[in-house]
Amino acid sequence: MGAAARFILRRKGGPGGRGWHWTDIVTWVWLIGGLVIMFGPAVWLTFSSFKTPAALNEFPPSILPYVTSQATVEGYDKPLQLYDAKMPDGSTRVLAEVRRIGIMAQMVDPKAPGEIIRVNINDRTPVRSVSFATENYTEPFVHFDFLRYLWNSVFVTVVATLITLIVNSMAAFALSKYEFRGRNLAMLIILATLMVPLSVIMVPLYSIISTLGMFNSLWGVILPTVATPTGVFILRQYMLTIPDELIDAARMDKASEWQIYWRIVLPLTAPALAVLAIFSVVWRWNDFLWPLIVLSRRELYTLQVGLSIYSGELNVQWHFILAMTVVTMIPVVLVFIFLQRFITTGIAGTGLK
Amino acid sequence: MGEIKLSDVNKSYGSVHVLKDIDLHIKDGEFIVFVGPSGCGKSTLLRTIAGLEKITSGEIKIDGKRVNDVSAADRGLAMVFQSYALYPHMTVRQNLAFGLENSNMPKAEIAERIGEAARMLEIDQYLDRRPGQLSGGQRQRVAIGRAIVRRPTAFLLDEPLSNLDAELRVSTRAELAALHARIGSTMIYVTHDQVEAMTLAHRIVVMRAGKIEQVGTPLDLYNTPANRFVAGFIGAPHMNFLSAQVVEVDPASVTLTIGGSHRLLVPLAGHKLSVGEKLTVGIRPQHITLASDPGSLTVKVRLVEALGSETVIHADLHGEKLLAVVQGQKQITPGDEVHFSVAGAPLHLFDNNGLRVGA
Amino acid sequence: MTKTAFSSLLMTPVNALMRIVDAPLRRLQKATGISGMAAFFLAPNMLIFGIFVLLPLVINFVYSMTGGTAFFLSERSFVGGEQYARLFSCVDYLDPMSCQEDAFWTAVGNTFWFVLLQVSLMILASLVTALILNRDLVARSFWRAVFFFPVLLSPVVVGLIWKWILQRQGLLNYILYQFGAEPYSWLTDRTWTFAATIGVSIWAHMGLYTLILLAGLQAIPKDLYEAAEMDGTRPARVFWRITLPLLAPNLLVVVVLALIKAVQVFDEVYVLTGGGPGTSTLYLTQYIYETGFASALRNPGLAAAASILMGLVLVVLTLLQLGVGRRSENKGKR
Ligand SMILES: Nc1ncnc2c1ncn2[C@@H]1O[C@H](COP(=O)(O)OP(=O)(O)OP(=O)(O)O)[C@@H](O)[C@H]1O
Ligand SMILES: [Mg+2]
Repeated sequence: MGAAARFILRRKGGPGGRGWHWTDIVTWVWLIGGLVIMFGPAVWLTFSSFKTPAALNEFPPSILPYVTSQATVEGYDKPLQLYDAKMPDGSTRVLAEVRRIGIMAQMVDPKAPGEIIRVNINDRTPVRSVSFATENYTEPFVHFDFLRYLWNSVFVTVVATLITLIVNSMAAFALSKYEFRGRNLAMLIILATLMVPLSVIMVPLYSIISTLGMFNSLWGVILPTVATPTGVFILRQYMLTIPDELIDAARMDKASEWQIYWRIVLPLTAPALAVLAIFSVVWRWNDFLWPLIVLSRRELYTLQVGLSIYSGELNVQWHFILAMTVVTMIPVVLVFIFLQRFITTGIAGTGLK
Repeated sequence: MGEIKLSDVNKSYGSVHVLKDIDLHIKDGEFIVFVGPSGCGKSTLLRTIAGLEKITSGEIKIDGKRVNDVSAADRGLAMVFQSYALYPHMTVRQNLAFGLENSNMPKAEIAERIGEAARMLEIDQYLDRRPGQLSGGQRQRVAIGRAIVRRPTAFLLDEPLSNLDAELRVSTRAELAALHARIGSTMIYVTHDQVEAMTLAHRIVVMRAGKIEQVGTPLDLYNTPANRFVAGFIGAPHMNFLSAQVVEVDPASVTLTIGGSHRLLVPLAGHKLSVGEKLTVGIRPQHITLASDPGSLTVKVRLVEALGSETVIHADLHGEKLLAVVQGQKQITPGDEVHFSVAGAPLHLFDNNGLRVGA
Repeated sequence: MTKTAFSSLLMTPVNALMRIVDAPLRRLQKATGISGMAAFFLAPNMLIFGIFVLLPLVINFVYSMTGGTAFFLSERSFVGGEQYARLFSCVDYLDPMSCQEDAFWTAVGNTFWFVLLQVSLMILASLVTALILNRDLVARSFWRAVFFFPVLLSPVVVGLIWKWILQRQGLLNYILYQFGAEPYSWLTDRTWTFAATIGVSIWAHMGLYTLILLAGLQAIPKDLYEAAEMDGTRPARVFWRITLPLLAPNLLVVVVLALIKAVQVFDEVYVLTGGGPGTSTLYLTQYIYETGFASALRNPGLAAAASILMGLVLVVLTLLQLGVGRRSENKGKR
């Protein structure tokens, strides 16, 4: 236990120069292991997404996307599979397979197609080359409605985020810069529902959405999510740091309350708005259960819903699913690469996701 | 025009009564200063005039027009805040223009007014900087500039110099006085620095705990403070207060004892004092001189502060503290016994309620 | 310069719009005063909030006391506590299969074990990771990002990634194959699938909790450790007497947050296993979803009743969280 604790407690500026302690080894095993486990699956999926259906069904799988080479040979209608065949004399030749009988394969030399060569199937290996099956990416846009889904997802994300920013910043402004009766009540209600999850209210919410005629409408996906208590909370905390004198000064400068909100408070809240915008984009892009409930027409699916529906089909077309999963990941990965710092400080500050 | 009249103004925050029955008539072009200890309601009074706070009862008139229900934007006043309250995300130029744009002034006129104010305040070079890129003194000028461009009926200034260092405060004070002389608008100025109040004001309003204690010119307040509070508040170092007893009355004078037995004859017309009554005598430290004859006040020296041109003596008279500021350098050390003379010094008498006795 | 020119170009129409909006709002302000404007600013949020959060919260109770398959409240018949009675009608309370709604009790049981295992294992993993990240590391923010990465992924993507890895021709079997094992269909095995849902959801969420714990660790004043070192305190003692007590508030917050999330587990599991094989990974939210919307035997009233029971659990946890939050806040003040 003592050793474990020493390991845990070694900190910056601790006694250095002692060489490698076993705790350093544990640290690096944990970190490297973490790197592999956390990134590995997504990387694996991305590599897989470039494979042809045939390559996807191979076992054992290869890391890189290989395709087997084929050649059209004079005298044969279909293209033939190319193999490296080991000859009895020990040399290797590239041959095309005509047919296979038992453990023997009948092969021909593509350059001299006249002569049939019989090779034991264990003595031949397919000729393969790395090739990216980009049609996995291009075809779903044509054959499926993925372009449509992509657009729906983008629409939901952008519109919901804009409304979230406006509506929540207005509320936060009222709750941070005005004294009025019922202010504490409003704060309390907002805080109390901070933890009302969708799973608890989905049935009645669905009936409300239907009553409002928003079933099978992207607005039905957007509206219930935009008044997030988290958003009000983050923005209000930030607005409280804007000095009230600034607002008094604007009032003396003949600004209307709306102008104070729009021209003074909003610009000064930009950092918090940015954090909320990033959060909102990630939330809305990733939303799944609620769109799944509200949207039942294919042309309205968001990417997440579309993906899950296709992946749940009996005859899963993995090559398309994988490619579309990668597409779905892209915005989030971009956010991760460029804005990760914002998010991590935002979460560390509020403890909210 | 910038005449402001407050009658019977009261202001409460819930159960906290912050302003009590304020009556004040500020004349056009006057430079008026509110002073008082921290928390006495100076800022609140200023903000009620500005329209940033609604009054609970009473009436505020600007140029004869009742403005109780007129919003801050429409009262035609401009305010300079203690923290300057410059919009951090706008350049100096935009800061100055903001208020003018809000009243839909033509662009050309806005530019002209900004140019004029910038020249007057020597902030031309900074017009395209943000407030964050300015020094404290420069920000202060911008804050004043933002008020000037509005050409308000009156300027309201809430401790505008308190965030400046001592040297800058003195020079800016002079500039403010010059500025007032130049534009001639009414200015209402809040401070708790009495030197600022004395040097800037036409009239000073002394406040305590939400009430106006006295209104008058700086010298009025200095020479004839209406009560013990004002007497103690105006003048530095503070006035000495000694307990006294009336031993003899005359229609034109009274004789008191201080320090146990020392007799003082104070000329005083038309008083209603009687023998045996207890009073407080106020003597400014500057009016006490050192004497050599044993017939004067004999005090024990506690502390001596030699400032070069003058010497501040903290002394003890029969258990009461007495402070004297005497000219020049003196060879006195703590523990010495010295003699103070108050002959010819203006004496201020206050009754048990702290009110001034006589003229 | 061009950047500001560009942004001003972008903002011109928006500013023009705001000016148009301003005129009527000024009139509104004249009429209602400043406090009226406060109401105006609060209104949109409160409206949306009221309609889409508060109202459902209230009518959920009504819903749970009605029967039938219709969604509109007006078309539903009042049945009183029948739905609750149905949920609770069991022959043997220890055996979910003996209950009328065996799926509900299966889901409750699954969720219980899931929450227990997922939260404890995840917090342990997060704590270890946070302690490691709090060491004197080169490129600490990189390593922090590594563990945080899956947090941002959508649950659907998480589900698909792992479905792809756990399938018969997947990476896991490939790795095991290198060690001589035979390929195995993990997702057709009840126990392994259940374990997979736990593992995957730990994978997806531990970064968040690591982050919070790391923030907590970094908030512990360094001089405490230096003082302990000066006193010659043994490292084990320092961990138990300084690190853990000072981290305790964060740890509690994290545990409760994780509990609240775990009770609602759905998305990634639904995509990964669809609740199967059989009902081995059927969790509460999926039960509510399927009872309310998806199954042929749709019964929204029953779903509402189940969701209220789940809500009660969450309320208890939330109150716990508020209490814990308050306590840690007070700690911070002292
Ligand atoms: N919003 C408020 N609610 C309750 N009490 C208030 C409020 N604003 C001010 N007060 C009280 O009113 C009194 C006067 O405050 P004010 O700011 O006017 O004092 P001040 O004279 O300007 O003091 P200072 O010299 O420190 O600026 C103070 O006691 C203060 O506590
Ligand atoms: Mg003040």
